[in-house]
Amino acid sequence: MLLFRFKESTLQPTRRQFLLGTAATAAGLVVGYTMLPMAPAHAQSDQKDAANPFQAYVEITPDNRILVHSSQFEMGQGSYFGIATLVMEELDGDWAQVDVIGASGNTALYGNLAWGGAMQGTGGSTSMTSSWERYRKAGAAARAMLIAAAARTWDVPEAEITVAKGVVSHPSGQSAAFGDLAEAAAGMPVPGDVPLKPRDEWTQIGSDSLKRYDSSGKTNGTQAYTIDLKMDGLSTAVMIHPPKFGAEVASFDADKAKALDGIVDVVQTPRGIAVIGKDMWTALKGRDLVEVTWNEDKAEKRGSAEIMAEYNRIADGPAAATARNDGDAAGALANAEKIIEGHYEFPYLAHASIEPLNAAARINEDGTIDVWGGHQMPDLYQMVAAEVGGTTPDKVRLHVMKTGGSFGRRAVSDADLIVEAVAAARALGPGKPVKVQWTRENDMRGGRYRPAYVHAVKAGLDKDGNIVGLYDHIVGQSIMAGSAMAAMIKDGIDPTSVEGAANLPYAIPNLKVDLTTTDVKIPVLWWRSVGSTHTAYVMETLIDELAAAANRDPVEFRLSMLGDHPRHAGVLRLAAEKAGWGTPLPEGRFRGVALHESFSTYVAEVVEITYNGDNDFKVDRVVCAVDCGTAINPDQIRAQMEGGIGFGLGAILQEELTLTEGVVDQENYDTYTPLRIDQMPQVEVHIVPSQEPPTGVGEPGVPPIGPAVANALRAATGKTVRKLPITTNLSA
Amino acid sequence: MVAFTLNGEARTLDVDPEMPLLWALRDVIGLTGTKFGCGLAQCGACTVHVDGIATRSCQTAIGDIEGASVTTIEGVSGKVGETVQAVWADLDVPQCGYCQSGQIMSAVALLTETPKPTDEDIDAAMSGNLCRCATYHRIRAAIHEAAHQLEI
Repeated sequence: MLLFRFKESTLQPTRRQFLLGTAATAAGLVVGYTMLPMAPAHAQSDQKDAANPFQAYVEITPDNRILVHSSQFEMGQGSYFGIATLVMEELDGDWAQVDVIGASGNTALYGNLAWGGAMQGTGGSTSMTSSWERYRKAGAAARAMLIAAAARTWDVPEAEITVAKGVVSHPSGQSAAFGDLAEAAAGMPVPGDVPLKPRDEWTQIGSDSLKRYDSSGKTNGTQAYTIDLKMDGLSTAVMIHPPKFGAEVASFDADKAKALDGIVDVVQTPRGIAVIGKDMWTALKGRDLVEVTWNEDKAEKRGSAEIMAEYNRIADGPAAATARNDGDAAGALANAEKIIEGHYEFPYLAHASIEPLNAAARINEDGTIDVWGGHQMPDLYQMVAAEVGGTTPDKVRLHVMKTGGSFGRRAVSDADLIVEAVAAARALGPGKPVKVQWTRENDMRGGRYRPAYVHAVKAGLDKDGNIVGLYDHIVGQSIMAGSAMAAMIKDGIDPTSVEGAANLPYAIPNLKVDLTTTDVKIPVLWWRSVGSTHTAYVMETLIDELAAAANRDPVEFRLSMLGDHPRHAGVLRLAAEKAGWGTPLPEGRFRGVALHESFSTYVAEVVEITYNGDNDFKVDRVVCAVDCGTAINPDQIRAQMEGGIGFGLGAILQEELTLTEGVVDQENYDTYTPLRIDQMPQVEVHIVPSQEPPTGVGEPGVPPIGPAVANALRAATGKTVRKLPITTNLSA
Repeated sequence: MVAFTLNGEARTLDVDPEMPLLWALRDVIGLTGTKFGCGLAQCGACTVHVDGIATRSCQTAIGDIEGASVTTIEGVSGKVGETVQAVWADLDVPQCGYCQSGQIMSAVALLTETPKPTDEDIDAAMSGNLCRCATYHRIRAAIHEAAHQLEI
């Protein structure tokens, strides 16, 4: 029966991976690995693996379980459920049989198709886009092969066989569970072109009553995360990281720590000192006894206030690169009737997932390496683990664990936790697994933040109240520079720095978006909705202020500039209608609206706030309209909008990561403060019916909430808050 | 040596009395449903019941629970607890799920003490439990729904 537990993916590298791995070794860690966007598909020889669903995506066990092997990472956003829904729509299994496991180790099978299949990874809200055809086809092919196996076993025509709820039946009375047919099915010829169900026959896709298959394990404590790993001889390591970014260990004295009962070892990794104990508490006690001297010659020593002051200076000067240039913005602004201008300031933000970052590794006697963790970029992590472990990627087996949040943080080019775990395991030697578990303080001060940005903007109206010109100079660090995706930077433009501004949908005749990328040693990263975290705030508050200056209704004003963008206009109309836009509100209550597309999903949000005077306000209600193409799991789309709104609201209200002389000021949730339940508004989500291909929902709920709240506040106070977070800066 | 009751069973542990209950549960006893999030009683992921009171186990030394009765997510039982867990799954409250053990322990304590909580009661009882996925909207709905089901 082992035939059906296909594991060839984990230890058999494709030729492509071998080549990439070699490149990484030759050119140094990670940096040598360059993702080529939209790279051509894989060699033909790789593709035959993908054709047989049982060899790639759908494992049916003899005990009748359906294990979907997911190319996409589950961090709470429901990608496993979405992918299982696609398989189940075509397979006609029973949901009680279903589980989803994270696949890795074979780019040809699991490469993200939204990225041209060039690399396995999860990001940019691409999971459903990548999986839409792949996993429906896998389900359909698996079903066809089960039918073929039954037809052969029972000696009946395939056309007479039916499949329902995991049971294959024939009118003669013959029937078999999937598990009984699995072995024979996997040996059937792989159908070349299996027809997919037409839309009007769907029972799973778009079902509003379908529940997540994985909720109960999250209500009784049984779902295991990386922190919960149990295995023989597993020790726990806690890290001592440099106090400033770019500092390095000069020397350390671990004698006192090593004398402590239960301390296994204290070792240096490329990223700091790992204090390894028999359990977390022992490791923490040992950590207090280690003395480290740091070399800060190359460290970033500036504080965030100095960095922002420099950004403000740069923003008023000439820009380094231009991302969009329609017409003549400068000329139009020189002749405008009315000008609105100013600087926007956005702080660094932490991902601050509740499961502090972690990973575990074990070097095996046979030279292979096992690595457990939140592997959001598996191909990359396999290569890095090989590099740090002193072997080749084909010797690395990744175990993709469920993860307590990510918001982008688990997809990191320097593979920080992987490096630490494999280095610690290598220091301990074969057969000694170790889990590196960051504390909250490690996590908060560990870098990889949403970059700080300044936008210097200037926009003008003509005498009829039309926007004649808009200029935005964006200043901040590049996320992609020095990362696996550096090849996507073209002509000085990191697309993640300007997305949401450079593709502004409004019909503005003279529009220029500039970018100056700064050189700061604070490590940065994508943070749920990436560039749109700041560009949406700038553009949607600016448009709103221009509407007010033109004495135009903010919804009507936007719609008048969206003639070529029906999907933008569609969500805006729907949100406005459902929110009762234009209807009277009680005293002290104000509305604000914002509209933004990110990752090809369109979202409009209308908020209602109560303003109590003296800069005291509360967000009461959010009405959200979303167009993400075909709705696969409507209730999960609602969940992601609700969560995205809460995530974004906390950030714009009160999250801020600051540094003083290069040291991060915040260490824990007492000073870095995500939203809490008493601040959560009522949220209503309306989904635009659509037959377009599905797009993602993990991120696009986030961008509109900030500007919608700021626009409601401007309605209340007459002032746009241009420096975030709002709560700190409202009175300034 | 500390003697206490854990999920209805008598236990004794011979560990450093300063060890937080959280790490005793997770690393010594092996009950990993109780989560580590902050170590400072700021996030609520480690919430357990000590003599029925919602308590942050990361800030509770094992030496201080001598004679107490501790309930973790694995030991949730009875009508209130089972109703809360069922409603949580039925409304698909969890996203990543990591904080939800703590959320459920706080919600069970709330509903045991206050069978018909108002929104203000929920805010007061639950604002110590962070959810970075911001499932708060559904947590609130689930608590009201559980209260409703328990009333019938």
